[in-house]
Parts: sequence; C-alpha cells; structure tokens
Amino acid sequence: MSEKKQFYVYGLFVLVAILYISRLLYLQVLDNTYETSSNSIKAIADVPMRGQIYDRNGKLIVYNTLVYDIYVTPNKAKVSDTLSFCNLLNISRYEFDSLMKTARRYSPVKPSLFVRGLSKEDFARVQDAMVDYPGFEYQKSSIRTYSAPTLAHALGYVSEISQKQLDAQEEPYYRQGDLVGQSGLERFYEEQLRGRRGVRYVMQDVHGVNKGPWKDGELDTTALAGQNLYTSIDLDLQQYSDSLMAHKAGAVVAIEPSSGEILAITSAPSYDPALFATREFSKNYAQLALNPYRPLLNRAVMGNYRPGSTFKTVQALVAMQEGAIGPGSIFGHAGAPVKCHGHGGISGVHSAIQWSCNPYFYHVFRRMLYANAEKNAFKASAIGLEKWHSYVEKFGFGQRLGVDLPSEALGKLPDVAFYDKIYGKKGWKFSTVASLGIGEGELLITPLKLANLAATIANRGWYKIPHLVKGIGKNDNPLPQYKEVHETGVNRAYFVPIVNGMEMAVVRGTVSRGANIPDIVMCGKTGTSQNKKGKDHSIFIAFAPKDNPKIAIAVFVENAGFGGFAAAPVASLIIEKFVKGKVDRQAYENEWKNKNFLQNVIIPKSQLPKKPDAPAEKKEPAKPKPEAVIVQTEVKVGSKQSARITDNE
Amino acid sequence: MYASCVIMGLFNVYAAVYDPEDQTKLFDLANNAGRQLMFIGTGVLLIISILVIDHKFWEAFAPIIYGACIFLLLLVLVIGSNVNGSRSWIKLGAFSLQPAEFAKIGTALMLAKYAVQPNINLTKFKDQLWAAGLILLPMVLILASKETGCALVFAAFMVMLYREGIQGIYPAILLIAIVLFILSLFFSAVYVSIGLVALGILVFKFVIPRYERTRKTATNMSIIFGLMIVFVTSVDLIVKYVLQPHQRKRVEVLVNPKADPMGIGWNVTQSKIAIGSGRLWGKGFLDGTQTKFNFVPAQDTDFIFCTIGEEHGFVGSAAVVLILLGLMCRIVFLAERQRNRFARAYGYCVAGILFFHFMVNIGMTIGMMVVIGIPLPFFSYGGSSMWAFTILLFIFLKLDAQRPFTLSRA
Repeated sequence: MSEKKQFYVYGLFVLVAILYISRLLYLQVLDNTYETSSNSIKAIADVPMRGQIYDRNGKLIVYNTLVYDIYVTPNKAKVSDTLSFCNLLNISRYEFDSLMKTARRYSPVKPSLFVRGLSKEDFARVQDAMVDYPGFEYQKSSIRTYSAPTLAHALGYVSEISQKQLDAQEEPYYRQGDLVGQSGLERFYEEQLRGRRGVRYVMQDVHGVNKGPWKDGELDTTALAGQNLYTSIDLDLQQYSDSLMAHKAGAVVAIEPSSGEILAITSAPSYDPALFATREFSKNYAQLALNPYRPLLNRAVMGNYRPGSTFKTVQALVAMQEGAIGPGSIFGHAGAPVKCHGHGGISGVHSAIQWSCNPYFYHVFRRMLYANAEKNAFKASAIGLEKWHSYVEKFGFGQRLGVDLPSEALGKLPDVAFYDKIYGKKGWKFSTVASLGIGEGELLITPLKLANLAATIANRGWYKIPHLVKGIGKNDNPLPQYKEVHETGVNRAYFVPIVNGMEMAVVRGTVSRGANIPDIVMCGKTGTSQNKKGKDHSIFIAFAPKDNPKIAIAVFVENAGFGGFAAAPVASLIIEKFVKGKVDRQAYENEWKNKNFLQNVIIPKSQLPKKPDAPAEKKEPAKPKPEAVIVQTEVKVGSKQSARITDNE
Repeated sequence: MYASCVIMGLFNVYAAVYDPEDQTKLFDLANNAGRQLMFIGTGVLLIISILVIDHKFWEAFAPIIYGACIFLLLLVLVIGSNVNGSRSWIKLGAFSLQPAEFAKIGTALMLAKYAVQPNINLTKFKDQLWAAGLILLPMVLILASKETGCALVFAAFMVMLYREGIQGIYPAILLIAIVLFILSLFFSAVYVSIGLVALGILVFKFVIPRYERTRKTATNMSIIFGLMIVFVTSVDLIVKYVLQPHQRKRVEVLVNPKADPMGIGWNVTQSKIAIGSGRLWGKGFLDGTQTKFNFVPAQDTDFIFCTIGEEHGFVGSAAVVLILLGLMCRIVFLAERQRNRFARAYGYCVAGILFFHFMVNIGMTIGMMVVIGIPLPFFSYGGSSMWAFTILLFIFLKLDAQRPFTLSRA
C-alpha cells in the first residue's frame, strides 16, 4: 500500500512538470503571440529627408520645407475648449470629431496623426497653446516645396501611401502614413529620392522612459538620406514654354539631341504642383480631376495623337533606305486619292518635305509596300508592311521609349497581324492602309515620341532615350540605359534631303512666315492631326541650328488648326529662347502667349460637368460632342478611312 | 548519496545566487544583490550548524521549535510591520524576518514527530483531527496576518499525511475540489453539472461491477455527485462573496487575462510576454529586456521565473522545471529509504512544500495558476524564504546523513 502511495506522489510531481514543460514549449517555441507583443523594445523610425530636385543649371526645383505634424493620443487627450482648439488648428468642429474618432479607432493609447503639415508660422502660434491640451504632441516632418509653379506633370507628387499600395508592395518597406511618390519623377525615382529609412531599437521601461539602445544598436540601421536628382530641365525654358502654352491644350517636349536630355516638357493645361503638397491635397485633387480640360493628364507622355504630316519624314527615310525611292524621285499628283495644297514644283524628296505633298507620300508609301518581288498585291502589301514596320519601329514608334516617367503611353504602330485581325489574312492591301503614308490612320504617337523623332533627324540617324534626370545623387550620373545610342538603321546620307526639306519648309514652305527665326537656321516639319469633329490638332517638330543642333522640339496644340499655324510659332519662340538665351520678337511672343485655343477644345463626355455652372472661363460647347480630344482608345478603323485622308496639308 | 544531494542542493543554491544577482545588477539595486549573496552566505552558516547539530535534536525539539514558531506568528500580529498590506514581517534593525516562512519548518517537524508516534494512527478520525489542528493553528495565524498565499502552502502537508497513513479519500477530495473549481470557472455551472450527472451515470453503468449495482451504491453515488454539483454551483458564490476583491480578480484573470489588464492581469500578461519572448534559446544572460525594464512586477521575487524564461529560453526554463522535479523526486526517493519514520515523514513534508511552491509559482507565471504570492524555492530573492528553504532541506539532509548509523542502531 505504502509503496503504491509513493508512486502516486511521483506521478503527481511528474504530471505537473510535464504539464508545465509543454505549456512552456507552447509559449516559447510554438506560439509567437507573446514574443511579438514584446513592449520593452521599441522601433523608432528615422525618416530621412527626401532628395531635392535641381534643374540643369543647378537651380532648385523641388526642396523640402520643415513642417510640424500634430499627433494625438486619444486616451490622454483633454480638450477643455474644443472651439478654441479648432480655431487654433484651423479645423472645423466636424473635422475635429472625425479625426478624433479615426485616432481612437486606430488606438486609444498610441499616438496617431491628427493634423499634418503645420507650417513653421502656424506652429509657432500653436506651440504655446499646446501645453493647455494634454495628449497632443508634435513631430517634425517635411513637405515638398516648389520654387516655381511649373513642371507639375513631370515632377509628379508625393502623398500618403494608400492601403492598396501598402498591400501591393513586394518588400514590406512602407508603413501606414508613409509618404510615397505617386507620379512623375517622384514615383519613377522613388527609391533614390526617399533614401532608406533607418530604425533604432530602443529599450523602454514600463513608464516609456528610454533606457538606451537595444543590444548596443547592433540591429539598428542608419537612415540613408534621399539622393538629389539633377534633371536636364532648363527651368527658364520650361517656364517660357509654359507661358506660351497658356490658354491652350497640348504639349511641348524639347530635347537636347546629342544627349537625349529633356530640356522642357510642358503639358497644358497644367496646375501648380504645390497644390498637392498641402493639407488640402484631396480637395485640390478632386477639383482638378473634375476639370473638363483634364489638367491632370500628362499629355506629353500619355497623350495619344496621330502624327499627321510630321510622319512623312520617317516615310521618306524608310523608303529611301529600302530603295523604294531615291532622293531624287519625283511623283506627280496624278493617281493619288489625296488632295494637296498649291505649291511649287517637286524636284525630289527635299521639296516634297518642304511642301508636305500628300500625293507624293501616297506614292512613296505605295512604292514602299510593293518594293518586293511578290506579284499578288495583298501578299506584297503584307511583306512590304512588315518590312516598313521593322524600320519604323527603330525610330521608337509603337513602343514605350523608356523615358524616366511612369505611365508613358505605348502609342500604336500597326503591323501585319493588326490588319490581318481586322480584314483577315490577305484581306487588305496598300490602298486599305494608304493613310499611314501621311501619318494618319491607325498610327498613334505621343508628343515625346515626336520630339525624339526630331532629335533623331537632328542627329541624322540615331537617338538616345529621352530622359529628365541626368544625375542621381551627383551630376552626370544618369541611369545606364540613357547613355546608349540607338541607331535607326537608316543611312546618314538619306537624312540630307530630309533636313534640307525641313529647312526649306521653314524658310519658304508650309510653316507660317513669322516662325522664321532671324540668325538661326531652324529645320521644321508641320503636321496636322485630324479629328472627326472639331478643328485639327496643330503639330510641329523642329530642331535648330541645322548644323550641330542644340535643341529638338515637338509642339502639339489641340484643336488649333494646321501645324504651320499654331504649333510652329510656339516651337520657334522656344528655340529662339534656348539658342539665343533671349527672345527678340516681342510682339510675336506676346501674340502667341495670348492666343487662346482652349475654346476649341472639345470636352469629352466623361469630363462634362454634371451641372452647367462649372468653369466660368469655359465656353460651353453648343452640344456635348462625344469625340475624345486625346485619343485614348484605339481609333475605329474601317470604311471612313479614306475620307480622313482628304484634307492633309 | 549524501554527496550527490549536497551537490544538487548546492547547484540550486548556486542558481539562486546567480539569478538574483543578475537581476540586481541590471536594476542597479546593488542592495538586493549584496543581500541575496549575504543570505546565501548565512545560509551556508546555517547549513554548517545544522550539520553539526545532532540529528536527534530536530526530533526531540520539534515541539519547542513549533511552539517558537507559533509564538513568532502571534508576535508578528502585534509588532509586525506593515508591508504591502500584510502584517507579516518582524523588523530587526535593518533586516526583516517573515515568521510565516519558518513556521513551515516548525510545522513540518512537529507534524512529522506527531505522525510517527507509535500510538498515533492516522487512519483514525481523532488523530486526523489532531494533525489537522497542528496544521490549521499556524495557518489561521498566518491568514490573520493576511498572507493568504503562505497559508495555502500548508495544504502541502497533505502529501506527507497521505504517505503516513490517512486514507486516499482526503487528497482525492482536495484534488477533485480543485479540478471542479477550475472547471466551473471556465464553464458555466449548468454545463459542469450536466457533465457530472452524465459521468455519474456512466460510472454506475460501466465501471462499477454488476454485483455492486445496488440501490445503496446508487444512493451513495448520487449523494457524492450531488455534493459535487452543489460545490460547482457554489463556486460562483464563493468567488463573489467569500474571496476578497483582490483575490477575486486573480481568479478572474486566470480565466480571462484581459480582465483587469492594468492590475493583476498586467502581471500575468507581462509575465507571459517575457517568457514567450525568450523563444527556444532565450535572449542571453543579462539581455532580457522585458524583465530588465520592470515590465514584470515583482520579478526578482515571485516572478523570477520570467527572467529565466526570457533570458534562457525554453531550454533554460525547462531545465529549471526538470531540476526542481529532480530535487523533489530525489527527496521522495531518499525519504522512502529512511529507516527512521520521523525522517521519512519529514522528507515528505519537505517534498510537499517544495512541490506546492513549484506548482503555484511557475504555474502563475505561465498563466496556468491563480496568482498567489509565494516564492520559487532557492530562486526568488528574499532572506526569509532563502533561509527557510535551506534549513528545511538541510535538516532533511542531516537526517538522511544519519541513515547508516540509525540503521545500525535499529
């Protein structure tokens, strides 16, 4: 009996010990709830300043301003006089309540953001009063500040990370409330600009008092300051370009041909980037998003247009390279279903470019497509188009060039498969796609691509990918892909008649007289992008000087008429400004600064205000017209095509 | 045998020095470290003197020691200084003494002496009553000084009484009561009652042999289960009306640690966080952060196990559990080998007290026991408990050391 009792006692001891050990195993090894709720070690984030952005002459474009964020700890917060507190922070009673509610929902005992971005002046006023409101504390922070109200599209903006972005990030870097670049350079160079957040692990005792670094800072990471960006933008030129594009919708892209550096990039209408750096971000954003002229759209890289006659340069180059025509080829107006304007005699490619002769390029494209041994017109067209496609592709059409801006549009360069899909195999031939020959039809390009074309012609056959940032962290340190030379594969010699034609077009051709710049030889090509409804878009590409070009430019003015009329003067003034450093033609300048083509812009249905009381300056179109100003969807192809080719200059 | 026991004892004492020392260093309370070390030192003196004193002394003087303890307990009620709401300390100059700790030794000795008297038969109700009286007297006195935790330790003598004769039914009742108490904390009384009824029927139908399934057995069983149900339903009432508010909270926290998160629930939660954050290997000696920065209250005394858990991880804390288990089993094993019944009974007392402390203390730090403020033997800081456990253990070792001689005499 007693022996047995002894074992009962052992049993009890062992049972409890086993129970405890298994519980310990669970607590310490299997379950990590308690580990993660460790509260003695606190990670304190060290958010570095975002990098600044400079222009090509070292002028600051974007920098940071110290602001103060007010945080609240709901359980500690005591606001005796809500009204005066609201007045102090300049918020409404309603906002106060909803902010408090949000904070309380996040955590009643942890501080959460209450008011973001109090300026130094505002804060000075608030700081003294803060002692009366326990539970509120401040933290230094910074906001983006812009030295000039320009470049909004290219720079992009920074805002609090969205829940979707938080969920989507591959590496868990960002946390709730972090600022992140949302568009433009801010987004493209986000990783360089933001630097790396450091973290310090500090030990805190039960009262929240710091007890020094944990493990002597072994696990801490130092914050890495954001790198500055040195852009190729010429801030003066940029603002000049902006001023010329006032009262207009469209885009300007100016590139230094030798380097591919973008000198100016304007998308009109624009907005002040500072609007997005304030506390009223969402209000301002909503206002701009509702604006019928769509100021938020970066037309320079996202706007899809048809290139119109500017594309004739490419057609001539490609056809010459293929041997379909020679520099001296002459085609008459006969046999072409396209009209032309009155012009002098054609003595070769150069004068065809000078006068932008539609029938000439109808024949050029026809020769191009049929320049093979195939007898069947359908088969020959397919072979020809494929060859044509491979040439034109090298100019950067139908693809993203790779500019350092997010959301660059693809554009469209139709290929054999594209037409096969619409008309069926062997269901189409040259006459079906003839409008491509003069830059209409299914071709879609962006202003950036045309500017690149201008640069390519200026370089006589090669380009570097256009880019905005020529230095990350230090000057002359662009991303490696921007140093590469892209060859078009077209012989340098074939550029001579093109360049000459473009020179003559300005001197005595399609370009309006006033666009001629005294002392500077500018080579340009007009283009007119047709619209089903509304006036044509005016397009102009140019570079100058003819030898050793310093600047290549593409200008789009929506619904302004033909290319020589509106876009060429803008381009000419910008070129003069850049090459000479000043503009002598004051009257001309003022005239074009004040020209208003915005009234012609057709508002897409989706952007029409619900009530007719929207923007005051806007001339209401008589009736809503469904055609989009900027072709976002693919243009419908079909029977109406040939009709569209009619009125090309 | 004796040598291995001393080594094991020393090892535990050593571990006890070790941990409080690291605590005190970290806390910058040089006082505690020095004092604990001093307690160890004096503990060694005590050991020596215990080993010098003839083993018969303990048996012979048990009633006197017991009497002295009772006197001290009475004294403490009169002159005791008030620490944390309980009058259980006697201040002697710079040092304070907790008689309750020593009362365990006195009671253990007295009880062992009483139990082994030839004319005492612990299966007799009258003798059981006497034994209960011997235990209850100091218990009541300690309760009077508001040291509930310390008083509960006296329940540990059940282990010894069980070994020395009383029927298994008593510890069984105690265990069943504890199990039912805990069950009815977690589940509503109705469910537990239904479960009990079902259990009763099942036992009657399938466990009890057919020939015993008489009306009488059925009646007896229904009385037993009826009493259990009454107990279960009364648990709520006990918790609500008998326990004091702070005790009630401790019970509630066991069921739901989120109750009273800033009070006693805080202790338990923080203790679990500290232990849990140790993971498999621990944060390393002196590197515990939860404990280092006072997140766990009373971590050098009652919650010392947190430090072990956090700094030495699962490996360390499991080792401590195993060492203590080894020590307890060793004591039981040695006690069984005693020729002297007094030594055996006393051994069981020691094992029972150690076990009770072990079970309650570690249990509360890992959230499996009601928080009762009693120290972990040999680990927790505190002079009285250190000395008391040392004396307790080494009296037994002294008795054990005499075994060969008693054998020759017997």
